[in-house]
Amino acid sequence: MVPAHQGGGVMRVDLLTESVAGLDEALAAVDAFDRALVVGLLRPHAVQAAGLTELADAVAGTPLAGRVAEAAEKAAAGAASEDHFVALAAARTALVGSVHDALMERVEAATGRSHAGESVPEPPEPHPANLLVAARSWLADLARCGWQGIDHEVVSGSAAVVSAMLPDPDLRRLATLLDGFAAELAASCPGSALERVPVRRWADLWSRAMVLTVPGAAGVPVTGMVSGRLLPLGVDVQEHATAVQAQVHAVFEPADGGASRLVRGCVSVPKPDTIVGAGLWQLLRPHMSLLAAVSEGRSMDLSDMPVTAEGDLVWSDARARAGAPADAFATARVALSTASVSATAPLDRHPARIAAPVFLEGYSSQQDDDGLTFTVADHRLAVDTDRIPTAGPLTPEAVAVSRACIGLLRWDAGEFTLQPLAVETTVRKKLTAIHAGAWAGGTTDKAGARAEKAATDAGTMLRERAGRLLRK
Amino acid sequence: MSDWERSSTARVVPPARPRKLAKVPFVELADGRVQGVVSSGSDIERVYVSSVAAGTFAFACSTNNNRPCGGARGSFCRHIRTLIDEAALQYGPERVARYLRLDTDVWGTTEDALAVAMIATGPPRGDNAAAASVFSRFLRHLAYLELAPTTAPVPEMQWFPPTRAVA
Ligand SMILES: [Zn+2]
Repeated sequence: MVPAHQGGGVMRVDLLTESVAGLDEALAAVDAFDRALVVGLLRPHAVQAAGLTELADAVAGTPLAGRVAEAAEKAAAGAASEDHFVALAAARTALVGSVHDALMERVEAATGRSHAGESVPEPPEPHPANLLVAARSWLADLARCGWQGIDHEVVSGSAAVVSAMLPDPDLRRLATLLDGFAAELAASCPGSALERVPVRRWADLWSRAMVLTVPGAAGVPVTGMVSGRLLPLGVDVQEHATAVQAQVHAVFEPADGGASRLVRGCVSVPKPDTIVGAGLWQLLRPHMSLLAAVSEGRSMDLSDMPVTAEGDLVWSDARARAGAPADAFATARVALSTASVSATAPLDRHPARIAAPVFLEGYSSQQDDDGLTFTVADHRLAVDTDRIPTAGPLTPEAVAVSRACIGLLRWDAGEFTLQPLAVETTVRKKLTAIHAGAWAGGTTDKAGARAEKAATDAGTMLRERAGRLLRK
Repeated sequence: MSDWERSSTARVVPPARPRKLAKVPFVELADGRVQGVVSSGSDIERVYVSSVAAGTFAFACSTNNNRPCGGARGSFCRHIRTLIDEAALQYGPERVARYLRLDTDVWGTTEDALAVAMIATGPPRGDNAAAASVFSRFLRHLAYLELAPTTAPVPEMQWFPPTRAVA
């Protein structure tokens, strides 16, 4: 029996566990190419050449076909130019994009939410390309070395490019990606001693970076200004050693009475690697009042807030003010299922980018060696508790005993998973909501205050050093 | 391929553990060394640049003005010991030992044993040639504090989920 919930749509978990037609074939071609990158394309062997051909064949019916076939042939001969590498990265991106689209159809069917139908317009005029050329050259070196061939000399080639790119807002996306990627590669040197290689991950990062070196590829233009009420659902945090981003998922209700839609408000910043935990919130908090609204359980009233066709608000504190109290679980129960979903920009069509807000209740939970799973109407959904940030009150234990959950539906390594953003659970016989992002705007919680204090001290110490040394 | 190999969000590097930064504002595992910057106990304007090389445990310590540290003639000075202790706090002792190619049977399992185990091998004194580059990496690290935040989305960060696993 399918549990019905009050006012909301029923989440069809069964649709998430069925196989998706064409998905295995597309990913097999992706894997074949990815394995070629493990060994590198300096002097490819027959196996790698076959992997390149498999990628080219998989896009044979598309407008990319001619360029990719040529690139695959050159690469198989160990003679690929940087443009050929870009063509291969574009082919892989297109294939993974088709996987994304198939998965999103599933997500929309399972959540009963519809697509707004708007398409994402072309990015604006390209950025001057010197640094992009330098980045592309480094990525081409990596492809030739292969993951098993990386050493400190090759990897450190990105440092100067990243340092030069980071201050430029137009290059921030590529800079942030290269910075995180290079840190992983550096920690994995020498590649010849690696016991295992994150094959798909590094090919993802490589292809994405390669495509972002095409001038203009990173632009997702603002397509409108919105006014109305913003009802937060929860906060998703992403971090690598030298960057952090917080993304608030929310339902937006336009003031003109139009249809509500799912949107995101986000803020990100580069950081020293020693700023972690509660220190991340401290870095982000001053730049987006929405984080405080999340902690206080409030809605926000927006006026003329810029938004992209993807549903990303380009947040400005001047265009938002704190609104009435709004319980995220009430929003999830009442408003989530009818909110529409935005289009996805071509480059963002990737399974790793899927993060669909969902609400679940009436499930049972099982904990075993593989982790936590929720069972809804006999169908199991894995719960990714590892994604819950440590600087917050939500714990895997609380999720395991929860009765209702707001989360993000994600897909990775062949299956859908649920990333918990908030749960309802019983604490001392009282139904209590616990939010992963509860400390985003600050906290009075005892453990939270202690973490804040330690993070403040670390930040102060570094700023004092920076003040003394950087302006000498 | 295993699930880890076909995961887009496989965790490769565990996040740094929080630690107090007063004594050692900067430590990293880079260029084949554990290297970093150690505060002088007495003079706020002075810092020491200290390092230990992987494999040989060759050590070096000098001030940021390139004066050799008086304590680092025969063996590890207290700056180097502090550096190793803080590296173990930040990255976890196992990862530091692995990076240094320090035999795990030798150093056991407690954090402070790392420096002791290396000293016992009678490590050679290295030169201070790397000090300038370590110090400039410290400055680059501090410069991250001055970069502006953005509220434009960075979809690339979707590949970098947090993890509760510790180093
Ligand atoms: Zn010393």
